[in-house]
Amino acid sequence: MRGAGSVNNFIMIEKEVTIKNRAGLHTRPAAVLVKLAAKFQSEFFIIKDGFEINGKSIIGVMTLAAEQGSTLHLKFEGPDEETAAKEVIGLFERGFDEV
Amino acid sequence: METKNEIILHGIAASPGIVMGKAYIFTKNIPRIDEKTIAHKDVPLELERLEHAVERSEKELQKILQLTEQKIGSAKAKIFEAQIMILADAVLFDSIKKRIQKELKNAEWIVHKEISKYQQLMLKSPDDYMRERAHDVEDVKNRIIRNIQQERLISRFDNNSIVISEILTPADTVLFSRNDVLAYATDMGGITSHAALLSRSLKIPSVVGLKEATKQIQPGDVVLLDGYTGTVIVHPTRETVKRCNQRKREHRKFEIKLGELRDLEATTMDGKVVQLSSNVEFLEEVNYINRQGTHGIGLYRTEGLFLRSDDYPSEEKQFAEYKAIVEKTKPYKVVMRVLDIGGDKVVSYDHEEENPFLGWRGIRILLDKTDVFLTQLRAILRASAYGEVWIMLPMISGMKEIRRTKELIEQAKNDLRGKNIRFDEQIKVGVMIEVPSAAVIAGDIAQEVDFLSIGTNDLIQYLIAVDRGNENVSSLYQEFHPAVIKTIRHIIKEGHQHNKPVSMCGEMAGDPVATLLLLGLGLDEFSVVPLILPEIKKIIRSVTFKEAEEIANRVLEMKTEEDIEEFLKVNLHTMVPELLLE
Repeated sequence: MRGAGSVNNFIMIEKEVTIKNRAGLHTRPAAVLVKLAAKFQSEFFIIKDGFEINGKSIIGVMTLAAEQGSTLHLKFEGPDEETAAKEVIGLFERGFDEV
Repeated sequence: METKNEIILHGIAASPGIVMGKAYIFTKNIPRIDEKTIAHKDVPLELERLEHAVERSEKELQKILQLTEQKIGSAKAKIFEAQIMILADAVLFDSIKKRIQKELKNAEWIVHKEISKYQQLMLKSPDDYMRERAHDVEDVKNRIIRNIQQERLISRFDNNSIVISEILTPADTVLFSRNDVLAYATDMGGITSHAALLSRSLKIPSVVGLKEATKQIQPGDVVLLDGYTGTVIVHPTRETVKRCNQRKREHRKFEIKLGELRDLEATTMDGKVVQLSSNVEFLEEVNYINRQGTHGIGLYRTEGLFLRSDDYPSEEKQFAEYKAIVEKTKPYKVVMRVLDIGGDKVVSYDHEEENPFLGWRGIRILLDKTDVFLTQLRAILRASAYGEVWIMLPMISGMKEIRRTKELIEQAKNDLRGKNIRFDEQIKVGVMIEVPSAAVIAGDIAQEVDFLSIGTNDLIQYLIAVDRGNENVSSLYQEFHPAVIKTIRHIIKEGHQHNKPVSMCGEMAGDPVATLLLLGLGLDEFSVVPLILPEIKKIIRSVTFKEAEEIANRVLEMKTEEDIEEFLKVNLHTMVPELLLE
């Protein structure tokens, strides 16, 4: 789960996730995700189909149009990247608690 | 400087007065998103504008959400929630602010550029749902841009200007009035459009229905606007200006003469006393109506406060405003019409209906949004402890609505009793008769309430099935249609049968040509725009009730509006020759 990174910089965490809930990453899950991401100091980016957006931006997350079954590439970088990754990935795995 | 040819435009006189000034073209419906470079020193101001615009947009959306949540369904409400979330998107606005600082461009340009990026991506999606989301993003973008421009508009508006616009919403009308606008001229609209009504109560001369004024007048052109005749003269010649000044002096002289009637009652020559009161929307108007010699307020439009606030006014805020009005109007009464939104008085751009005049408006909204209604009722009841207040219900179409409202009034009273707050236990409740079904059952309604008030503007348009704001058909809107007159007679008769007073608060009450007829039909109270009040008083004092009754009886036999209007005009000229009728 660890990507390459120098000792001085924070080690970037990268991870692939799949959208599990039926409605996809629509407004409510997008809001929940952004709210969670905002709690951490680490930067959080989402890449889908080669397009990268800031995971702390609601308009960005809404733009992804991630439907059920689609795969997203997540990147976390910053002092609390481990906790951030753990909690955010957990949210995806639980299907935003709505499935 | 070259002399330009005088151009005369003809429209509908909507609010009297003659003024000359520079044209300010207000093209609001086309969002202008020009790219403009700004000076480095102006960056903080630009950022401040952006911030205000975002704040205002958020308040607007919260208000819309609060008002329409239940009605439009949670799916649509979620869209507004999503828009509100976008307004709080720190990442988005950080990058917008950074770009303004770095690229030195105007805020709306950067907002447009930055948000359109996301919009483009959404539009590319094969998913219908996502393409719809793109429209929501468009909405929120336009709202921010509109609000940035509104900020700019206020700062740029030159005080001594005449606003030339395609159409003005009530909110625009109020906005400009706070910036000392000289006059309004609009392409669209009829004499009874809400903007026309508002400009009259704000005493701002205006001409509406000019069709192509925004095309024929250039920004900065010198314009002479005559709100008595409904003409707008572009590049007036010296002779024209002289002639208009002469007429202005004549009007002023007559107005001074009318001022002498101020402290006299509106009594006919044979001693019948008529109540003459005013229609009011703003607290600021009350000093003026007292100078005009009014007997209280026959229609206080409570929407004014609502239109001026970005968010929904609280009970305290409403109470403070109502109390001030009541105290200033003492010892006379204030008839407060509960919130009448919808129709052409829609505040939000977002709740659109196919047919707003037949849709969700007036009491229909209030009975669905009982929290909003109860808040207002408590505020009104509390104000009734400080002077005489009557409650008036708009858009009543049947008995059920009246009974339900009375239950809610009782509930509001109980809330106050529970908190030991004073109010008038005997507060009168009446109905504005403006829906034909209510007119037909006026007798039943009169037994249920304390008074009736005829709202002619809507009553006429519902009766004749004509949209008063649509200039293609507005000529069909006839005050003197025999059906209108017979309906008014019916309402007055039914009210009197049950010993309930009948007033009129529509435009017709303030039309001098109608005064003799209405007096003869037995109307107890005329509630009119303050500006016209002295003239109506003058007419009432110049005739006997018996003469007026004879005129009314003759009119009731006539078959066409043309005959009736002609007959009334001739009689008015004969009986009150000193009136300046245009």
